[in-house]
Amino acid sequence: MSHYIVLRVVSKLMIPVILIFALYVQFHGEYSPGGGFQAGIVFTAAFVVYALLFGLDAAQRAVPPVVAHVLAAVGVLIFIAFGYAPLFLGGNFLEYKVLLPNDQAGETLGIIGIELGVGITVAAVALTLFYSFAGRDVR
Amino acid sequence: MLEHLPALQVAIALTVAPVVMMLGRAPRLSWALTTLACWATLAVALLLFVRVADGTVISYEMGGWEPPWGIEYSIDAANAWVLVIIGLISAIVMPFARKSVEQEIRTSRIALFYSAFLLANAGLIGITITSDAFNIFVFFEISALASYALIAMGNDRRAILSSYQYLIMGTVGTTFLLIGIGFLYIMTGTLNLGDLASRLPEVSDTRTIRAAFGFIAVGISLKLALFPLHLWLPNAYTYAPSMVTVFLSATATKVAIYVLLRFVYTVFGFEFSFVDLAMAWLLMPLAVLGILVPSLVAVFQTNVKRLLAYSSVAQVGYMILGISFASALGLMASILHLFNHAITKAALFMALGCLVYRLGGVSLSQLAGAGQRMPWTMGAFVVAGLSLIGVPLTAGFVTKWHLLLAALEAGFWPIAAFLLGTSLLAALYVWKVVEVAYFREPEQPDASIREAPLGLLLPTLLLTASTIVFGVFGSFTVAYARTAAAALIGGAP
Repeated sequence: MSHYIVLRVVSKLMIPVILIFALYVQFHGEYSPGGGFQAGIVFTAAFVVYALLFGLDAAQRAVPPVVAHVLAAVGVLIFIAFGYAPLFLGGNFLEYKVLLPNDQAGETLGIIGIELGVGITVAAVALTLFYSFAGRDVR
Repeated sequence: MLEHLPALQVAIALTVAPVVMMLGRAPRLSWALTTLACWATLAVALLLFVRVADGTVISYEMGGWEPPWGIEYSIDAANAWVLVIIGLISAIVMPFARKSVEQEIRTSRIALFYSAFLLANAGLIGITITSDAFNIFVFFEISALASYALIAMGNDRRAILSSYQYLIMGTVGTTFLLIGIGFLYIMTGTLNLGDLASRLPEVSDTRTIRAAFGFIAVGISLKLALFPLHLWLPNAYTYAPSMVTVFLSATATKVAIYVLLRFVYTVFGFEFSFVDLAMAWLLMPLAVLGILVPSLVAVFQTNVKRLLAYSSVAQVGYMILGISFASALGLMASILHLFNHAITKAALFMALGCLVYRLGGVSLSQLAGAGQRMPWTMGAFVVAGLSLIGVPLTAGFVTKWHLLLAALEAGFWPIAAFLLGTSLLAALYVWKVVEVAYFREPEQPDASIREAPLGLLLPTLLLTASTIVFGVFGSFTVAYARTAAAALIGGAP
């Protein structure tokens, strides 16, 4: 694809924008449409575009398959950590309002936290799926 | 921490699953962690079981949101019973799994395998413990997706096809369930099972609710492999790795039966299900056919794993038969059979796992001479087989006896005779295996075949012994099943 100058230049301009938009969808999720699932997919879309134009090897140098694999698990663990944390502060499982003195602030912190976990896992799993369909096995 | 036991029951397995997933390079460590998680889950299940044994109901508000708005986990005698079955089977199958899995699964995939196993386990526990209809659907999907992956990891290439078959059928089943739950939500505006039970009577005489009942009953029947919706089961059980067959055969269909009971008795209520819709007259013919046809098919199988898979479909028929008597005694017999069949079938499939470990397969021709070469394994198979038939002093007998009593109490004499007759069919297919293993000389005697290693044998023998223990001391399980039946009929979870 090296001779498609227009595509390469445009994608280089677009990829950072896609990534930032993904983060916006991620962290504005509790006020507007969005959240971890959507943000994770948009985030991965940037890597898919990169892999399509610059080759799978280049994309896997940026994010090796094993990193994606570990991140998928880390995201779930972040979610679960926000589930356990309230237990030590006198709340029920996932009752994030006890995380901060102000109930509403606690709720917000909790929802941002678990959505971050969701976003990381969705992005990592989508990338893993792309890698395994696009060629080599994920080891 | 005791008040958080309901959350931990699901959360332990869900937490360890991603940790195990990262241990790709340390299969032994991933096995050890999974085993610890299963044991801890069993401990939690037993603690819950003891606390609800006297009929109390534990309610837990997920996230601190008050039911019926938030998700409620509630444990009564009925689902504590199923939680203990899941916990017990996974705790016993894990020590068995180490060598069996090392032989059957590629080393690089072992950690992923255990991760999927934990997710399947957590899914089944979640279905059982939650009191939220939509949550039931979500957990059904979690356990099903993990099960598809587990089955597809079987050695035989047909494992992938049978997993795909299960995926299609299972997805149809859960979609029907979701449609049914959607209808209930449209009519009542609630998803909490207890709340549904109290709001449904007002609107129960509508086509929407009757359609919801139909969708839910058919959807769950697909998941529990009620004849003739059982077609996914024989292949899935035959080609799955040994350890997966043990776990799924003992838990997956049982959990689905529990959900059916919960919807039929608690949510829709006895009046609506059995009086207005005459569900018994639909279930009884299907149960009778479901016992007869798969038993006959089992007699003609040459792969023993497949033979036992068909026998599982027939055993589901017995559980449905108990429900179709529409009596407390029949319901009690079904609940009893959930446990007794779980330990019996798990013991049988574990014995097969031992045979696969040494012989490489379990078609009848390979089994010739196994009785002499592997006396303990085949001994376990025979004892568990007796329990499957329902010989006195085994767990299987306790349920057959109560089913018989329930049939007589309801005045179904032909059914009682039929029950005795079908036990002969079970005797026939178990005998077929025993005959080959003990009385046929192998065509090419292979002196290298020895008894299975202790790691495989001990869990098998333990479970086999338990079929005798719960057969001789059946009064404990009977008493508990009665409490569980009362909890289901009694009303909201």
